[in-house]
Amino acid sequence: MNWWSSERRIPVSNCYWIVAIVFLLAAPSAFAARIGDLSETTVLEQAARFFTFQDPAVRMALIGCILLGICCGLLGTFIVVRQFALVGDTLAHAVLPGIALGYLWSLEKAPLPLFIGAVAAGIIGAVVVSLIRQTTKTKRDSALGIVLGGFYGVGILLISIIQERYPRDVAGLKSFLFGSAAALNESDVWMIGIITVVSVVILVLFYGQFKVVSFDGVYARSIGISAQFFHYLLMLLLAWAVVAALQAVGVVLVSAMLIIPAATAYLLTDRLHWMLLLSTCFGILVAAVGAFLSFLGPNLPTGPFIVLTASAVFLLVFAFAPRHGLVSRWWRRLKQTRQITRENSLKAIYHLQEAGGFAEEWITIEKLSEQRHRSAEETQQEVTSLVKHGLVLRDGNRLQFSPTGKSRAAEIVRNHRLWELYLTDRANIAPDHVHDDAEKIEHILGEETIRRMEESLNLPAVDPHGSQIPQVKKEVTS
Amino acid sequence: MIPEFDWGVFLSEPWNSYQIETTMKIVGMGFLVSAACGWIGVFLIVRRMALIGDAISHSVLPGIVLAAMLFHTLSGPWIIIGAGLAGFLTTVFIEWIQKHSRIKSDAAIGIVFTSLFALGIVMVSQMKGSVHLDADCVLFGNLAEVATRNGDFILPPNMIQAAIVLGLTILLSLMFYKELLVSSFDPILARSIGIRAGLVHYGKMAWLSVIVVTAFEAVGSVIVIAMLIIPGATALLLSDKLRVALVLSLVHALLSSVIGYHLALWLNSNIPAAMVVAGLLLFGLAWVFSPSQGIIPVWMARRDFSERIALSRSGRK
Repeated sequence: MNWWSSERRIPVSNCYWIVAIVFLLAAPSAFAARIGDLSETTVLEQAARFFTFQDPAVRMALIGCILLGICCGLLGTFIVVRQFALVGDTLAHAVLPGIALGYLWSLEKAPLPLFIGAVAAGIIGAVVVSLIRQTTKTKRDSALGIVLGGFYGVGILLISIIQERYPRDVAGLKSFLFGSAAALNESDVWMIGIITVVSVVILVLFYGQFKVVSFDGVYARSIGISAQFFHYLLMLLLAWAVVAALQAVGVVLVSAMLIIPAATAYLLTDRLHWMLLLSTCFGILVAAVGAFLSFLGPNLPTGPFIVLTASAVFLLVFAFAPRHGLVSRWWRRLKQTRQITRENSLKAIYHLQEAGGFAEEWITIEKLSEQRHRSAEETQQEVTSLVKHGLVLRDGNRLQFSPTGKSRAAEIVRNHRLWELYLTDRANIAPDHVHDDAEKIEHILGEETIRRMEESLNLPAVDPHGSQIPQVKKEVTS
Repeated sequence: MIPEFDWGVFLSEPWNSYQIETTMKIVGMGFLVSAACGWIGVFLIVRRMALIGDAISHSVLPGIVLAAMLFHTLSGPWIIIGAGLAGFLTTVFIEWIQKHSRIKSDAAIGIVFTSLFALGIVMVSQMKGSVHLDADCVLFGNLAEVATRNGDFILPPNMIQAAIVLGLTILLSLMFYKELLVSSFDPILARSIGIRAGLVHYGKMAWLSVIVVTAFEAVGSVIVIAMLIIPGATALLLSDKLRVALVLSLVHALLSSVIGYHLALWLNSNIPAAMVVAGLLLFGLAWVFSPSQGIIPVWMARRDFSERIALSRSGRK
């Protein structure tokens, strides 16, 4: 029943290579050689076939997938930044009746009628979505869902009628539903190529307009760019991209080709042109790798493998992106928490010294742990961290500030008290309500803000609770 | 291409005494499935979560395939648990991506459901054995076969399951009507009167997965989207009241099943797709003729209004 296997030109081996490898690891050594041989011939032969590019089917599949990566990567960027990622999904389903009718027209998988039919159906779908939203209270998501499900239903209805009439021919039509990169022929690749080139040319020519329309429709209108025209132009290009991608990944998974590379790029950059470039690169990468992987074994569908490759790349970037990645975010937060802990310890030492009128510089660790409400163990850890960062000097059970530690402690205390004063003085907040806020902000106030607060408060000496605000003299290094 | 329409053959013959049992079973199964979908669809639409329905209807696939691989059946509790889990995970993943990155909800939905669906398709392609689950089934469903299958009772097992799910859907939503209503329209009020909107949300998503999986074998995983959204959207064109809309969605489900079955007989086509097309036609009718929002009534009201303005102007002169 798996039509994608009938479409593929790979010799179907009796043994799955994955299973073979598992067996190789698990089976007794007597069998290992035989099974190992089998797995080697299958996988390596396939890999060799893929990398030597001698097989025209492989060449076509690879060129097709790369073109597709370019096309979908570029257009996907626009739909992801405009926050209508699921429009791609809707269009992908909505082209189905057009494909069925295009097929009916020529009764073969000729690229041109299918292309015209699909693009027409896609545009009609986009127009119906807009019409439903304009004339009724239906919201965008429901309008998209109606067109997606409804048009798909019409498409399946037509396909099932065609299937009943011309049972043999319909296998080619079915390959649109899940895609089969291995079944791409030269005319398909030519069509994908033309679509890609035209899309790239239009995007380059109207890059400025697309950019303005994507981010600020009102501004676009005010400088005389028709947002509606460019919306429909984008829809047209999307419908083209969807048609191009259908052959390789199929109706249901086209939207993945549009969304996932672009979303991956979105995690890495804030600039639109970088995002376009990165998204295109990811598109090419995942399409080629996915096609390669699905080539390795028998009966592996191409489209899902491309999508799974894309999600794997997304997950990697999601975890390890330098700025927006999970790991770097977690690392930044950890570093920040540690810094705040250190600064709170410094502040506690300062308070202890202040309580003694700054007569005694050495503070015992027990006193510190009492002041910080921490256990002796936690305090030991904090002190170790302070010593490591060169903020305090330790002598057995006692510690005192190093020069840097002293000025940092004074800064924190100054920030705290200055902020309290500012809130009571300028924001009319009661003095007993300002502490918690100051407790947070003391760690992040910058030099410039402090300078302006000091100016505004005329270099105050005491905070609302009567404590001295320490003056911090920064050494001026010229 | 299109067969000649014969009233006798396509309208009355299915209801004669020889065929009525088959007809009732197929139409009944179609109704049970699309009524349950339509009912929960109303709640999805008012929460503007129609596309989460789209996502879950795709992403339950790996759960279904896994359960089918392990337990060799396409109905029963394990499938429901597998699908419920997959649906729940989808919701969690979507929220996780949104929370921990700058990706917006629509892109997050797109990433999660396509990935899970792709995983499901790869699993289907590697499946061998007793269970009939292939890509055809995922795309088209198998309504006629499922509805006429013989079971231990008088009705086919899937149909009994669908009836129970529809009954529970209606019962649960009536029991938690206040919670659903308030958390749909006013999440802040919901929190202030002690309704946990998060719990309601996850519960609804898990139940949605159950409905989707019940529909899965009969109509496939893409047609489900149409059945989730079109009845509710049609009903909400006709009424602003949630209760009325819920009842109307049932009417829509019934009409589209009956009309769709006849359409499929006439065109000799896939039955669930024909039901969707019938549902789409009903939506079109509501879009044109709905008293409050329809194109023609709105246009007429606007014309009357501008005439009145013109009259009052000329009266002043």
